[in-house]
Amino acid sequence: MSESSDYSSARGLVVLGLATMLGLLFIGCSTEPREIILASTTSTEDSGLFERLLPAFREAHPGYRVRVIAVGSGEALRLAARGDADAVLAHSPGAEEEFMAAGHGESRQPVMYNDFVIVGPPAGSARHCALESAAAALACIAADSATFISRGDDSGTHARERRLWDLAGIEADGEWYLEAGQGMGAVLMMASEMDAYTLTDRGTYLSLRERLHLSVLVEGDPILRNQYSVIVVRDAAELEGARTFADWITSEPAQSLIGAFGTERFGRRLFTPNAGQTSQELKIEN
Amino acid sequence: MGGGKEARRGDVLLSGEGLVRRYDDATVVDVDSIEVRTGEVLAVLGPNGAGKSTLLRLLAALEAPEDGRLLYRGRAVGRDDPELRRTVAAVLQRPYLWRGTVAGNVEFALKARRLSASERRERVRQALQMVDIVDLADVPVDTLSGGEAQRVALARALAVEPEILFLDEPTADLDVSVRRRLLGDLERIVRHAAPAIVLVTHDPGEAFALADRVVVMEGGRIVQAGTPAEIFESPATEFVASFTGAEFMLNGTVSKVDEGTMTVRLESGASLEAAGSAEPGARVRVGYRPEDVVVSLPQSSSTSARNRFDTTVAHLHPRGGLVRLRLEADSLSLEAVITRHAMEELGLQVGTSVVAQVKATALHVFPA
Amino acid sequence: MDVLVDAARQALALLLSGDPYLWGIIARSLQVSGSAVALGLLVGIPIGTWLGLTRFPGRGIAVALVNTGLALPPVVVGLFVYLLLSRQGPFGELGWLYTTSAMIAAQVVLAAPYVAAITLAAVQAVPPELRLQARALGAGRWQALLLHLREARLSLMAAVAAGFGAVISEVGAVMMVGGNVHGETRVITTAIVLETRRGQFATAMALGLILLAIAFAANAFITRVQQAAPRRRRPLTS
Repeated sequence: MSESSDYSSARGLVVLGLATMLGLLFIGCSTEPREIILASTTSTEDSGLFERLLPAFREAHPGYRVRVIAVGSGEALRLAARGDADAVLAHSPGAEEEFMAAGHGESRQPVMYNDFVIVGPPAGSARHCALESAAAALACIAADSATFISRGDDSGTHARERRLWDLAGIEADGEWYLEAGQGMGAVLMMASEMDAYTLTDRGTYLSLRERLHLSVLVEGDPILRNQYSVIVVRDAAELEGARTFADWITSEPAQSLIGAFGTERFGRRLFTPNAGQTSQELKIEN
Repeated sequence: MGGGKEARRGDVLLSGEGLVRRYDDATVVDVDSIEVRTGEVLAVLGPNGAGKSTLLRLLAALEAPEDGRLLYRGRAVGRDDPELRRTVAAVLQRPYLWRGTVAGNVEFALKARRLSASERRERVRQALQMVDIVDLADVPVDTLSGGEAQRVALARALAVEPEILFLDEPTADLDVSVRRRLLGDLERIVRHAAPAIVLVTHDPGEAFALADRVVVMEGGRIVQAGTPAEIFESPATEFVASFTGAEFMLNGTVSKVDEGTMTVRLESGASLEAAGSAEPGARVRVGYRPEDVVVSLPQSSSTSARNRFDTTVAHLHPRGGLVRLRLEADSLSLEAVITRHAMEELGLQVGTSVVAQVKATALHVFPA
Repeated sequence: MDVLVDAARQALALLLSGDPYLWGIIARSLQVSGSAVALGLLVGIPIGTWLGLTRFPGRGIAVALVNTGLALPPVVVGLFVYLLLSRQGPFGELGWLYTTSAMIAAQVVLAAPYVAAITLAAVQAVPPELRLQARALGAGRWQALLLHLREARLSLMAAVAAGFGAVISEVGAVMMVGGNVHGETRVITTAIVLETRRGQFATAMALGLILLAIAFAANAFITRVQQAAPRRRRPLTS
C-alpha cells in the first residue's frame, strides 16, 4: 500500500463517518417519509407491477415510502420472521400458513392471483404428451428425460413445482433435471438456451417472451393457480406503515390498478385482483 | 582446454573491418580494423566512454554494427551467429548472476550446449577449480561477496571452454584487495583458459600486465595498436601517452635536428634533447613518465648526461611503497617517482637539492 | 450475534463431516478457477513478457489496456461471454453456455490481465543485461528468454496467486454464464448467494470460510513474495 492510498482511505473513513452522522440526523427528522420494508418475490418485481403500484401508494399515503426487497417467497418469509421486513407479499400458501401458525404474522389477506404455466421449446419432445393436467405433462417430460430446469431456490415457484412432482408421483432426479438456484428470469433464459422445460409464473414469462424460444405447454390446470397474499409482520419495526400498506393494497383503488396492469403491454391482465375472498373460498380453489 | 579446431598461434581468428555503431546519432564505435589472433591476450584499453564495451559486444556478435563486417575464421558472421555463439563466451562488466547456486550458474551455458550431465558436472568442477571457488559450488549466489560473484561470472564463461573469451572490466567495481587477488588469478588463468582472450579495461596496469597486444581507444576510434612495450615506449599520440601515465612539460619548439635526436627549447627557456625527429621550428609538446626520471644527490651524479637539471624537492607525496616527487628548477618542473626506500636513503625532504635526469629516449615528443 | 455463532459452529461441523454437497462445490470451484488461471497463464505470460521486453508504437496503449483489464467488472465479462456463447452468439454452436467451459472462459478473461500485468512488471524488474549475458555464454534467444522468466519466477507465482484469488471469489460472471446448476456449475460463490437466500446459513458460512481461507492463503503468498523480492539487489563490493 502506498502512502497516498493510505491517506485517501483514511479520508474515506472520515467522509463515511460524516455521512453516517448526517444520515442519523435525517432519520431523527420526522419530515422524511417513513420507510416500510416489503419483502416480496422476484416474480412480482420482474413483472414491473410495483412500478405501477408504488407511486399510487405514495400519493395516497405521502408519509410512507415502500422499499421492496425482491427475493424468493421462502426467503421473503424468513426475512420477515427475523424481523428484517415489515410486510410480505408472497405466493407460497403452505409456507405462509406455517409462518402464521408460528405467530410471526399479525394478519394475512389475499391480494391477487395469477397462474403458473409450464413452458418449453416450441418443437420439444414433450409436445406429444397428454396435456390435460400439469402433473401428467411433468410425468411425460420425466419419461422422455427431456431437460427440466428447476428454480431450486426454495421460492414459491419452486415449492409449487415440487408439489407438482409429488402429485405426478415422480422423484425428480437425474441428468435431465437441473436445479439452477436462480431467479425466474434467469431460469427462463437458461431454459430457452438449453431447449428445456420449466415451470414459470405467467407474468415473468410474458415480460420476457420476446427474447425466449419457449412457448406454453400446459396452462389452466386449477393447481397452477398462484395466489398472492399480503402479510403484516407481528414484530414489524414499522407496524403502522405495514398495516397501512396491507389495507391499501386490498382496497378498491389498488385492486383496480392490479386488474388493469399488463393490458397495455401484453394485451391481457397479468394478475387477477381477489382481495376480500374468504380463506374458505381460497382453500377450495387451491 | 582448447577450441574445437586446431589453430596455429598467431592465426587471425576474428576480425572486424570498418565497424561502425551509433546510438541515437552519436557514433560510439568507428573502428577501421581490429584482429583477434589465436593464442593472444588482446587488451582494449581506454577511458570510460571510449566505446570499448560496445566494441566488445560487436566483436562477440551480441550487437550488429550499422556498418562494416565481422569475420570469424574468414567467414562473415552476423549478430548471434550460431557457430560463433557456441565457440565464444563473454563476461559482461557486472556479474549478472541468476538465482540459484554457484554450480547452477556455471552449468547454465553447458545445458544450453546440451552437454551430458556427467560432462557438465566435470566441467563445472574444473571451472570452479580454476577460479578457486570449488567450495562455493552449492552456495546460493545471493550470499556471495562482490569478488566471489565476479569469480563465478568468470567460471561460467571458462566452463564452456571458449575459443575466444571476452572479458569486460573483470576487476571493475571491486575493492582494491579483492581486485589485486582476482588480477593475480586472471594472470594465471588467461594463459591456459582459451586460445584467445579479449580484455576490455580502463586500467593501463591491467592491460600491460596481462596483454600480448593492446589497442588503445579514444572517442570510439583505435588510436594505437601494438605490444605493451610499443605502447609504453612509443605512445602514438599525446592522448595515449597521457592515458598510460605520462606527464607533460610546457610547449616548446624544435630548434635543431640531427641523426635521430633533436633539441627542443621549451617556452620557459629550458633545453632538452629527445630521440626522434621533426621539422626544425615545429611546435611540440614533450611528455615523459615520472618513473623514467632519475633522481640523485648533486655530489654523486655524473655531469656528462644530457637532460640534466638541478632542482629542488617542492613536494613529497608518498603512495604506499612509492613516493611521487615534484621537482622545481628555474626553467621547468618535473614529476618523478622513486621508492620509499630510495627516498630515505637519499634523505629527501621538501627543499632538498637534487639532480633530475631523463634519457633522450624516455622523452616523447608530439606536435603541439 | 447468536445467528452468526450458530452458523459458524454448524459450518465447521458440516465441513468436518465431509458433506458431499459442500465438498463437491469446493472441488468444482478449485477445478474451474484452477483451469482458468492455468489458461490465463498461457495467455497472460506471453503478453506480459512481450509488453515488458519490447518497444513498439502503441505499446503504451496496450499496457493501459492490460491495466484496465485488472479492473474488469466480472458481471460485464459475464455479459460479454454470455452474449458470445448464447445461441444467437457467434460461438453458440459450441454449446458451452451453462457449462463449466463457459465459466472457465469467463474467468480466463478475468485472470489473464492479472497475469499479464504482473508478468510485465516482473520481467521489467529483471536487468536486461542478464539476457545479454546469457546470450554471451552461448544461450539461444529462447533459452535467454526462459532464463529471464525464471529470474522473475517468484513474481510470476504471485501472478498465479493474484489471478486465482481474483477469479475464485468472483460471483457475477460464473452466475451468468454457468447458471448455478446444482451438481454442474454451482461453485462456492454462487452457492453462497443461493444458500443465503434459502436461509441455509450454515452451508453458506461453511463455503464462506473455505473461500476466506483460500483468499487468505493466496494473499499471504503474495505478501511473502513481495517481501522476499528486495533481498536480491545488493551492492557488489565484498
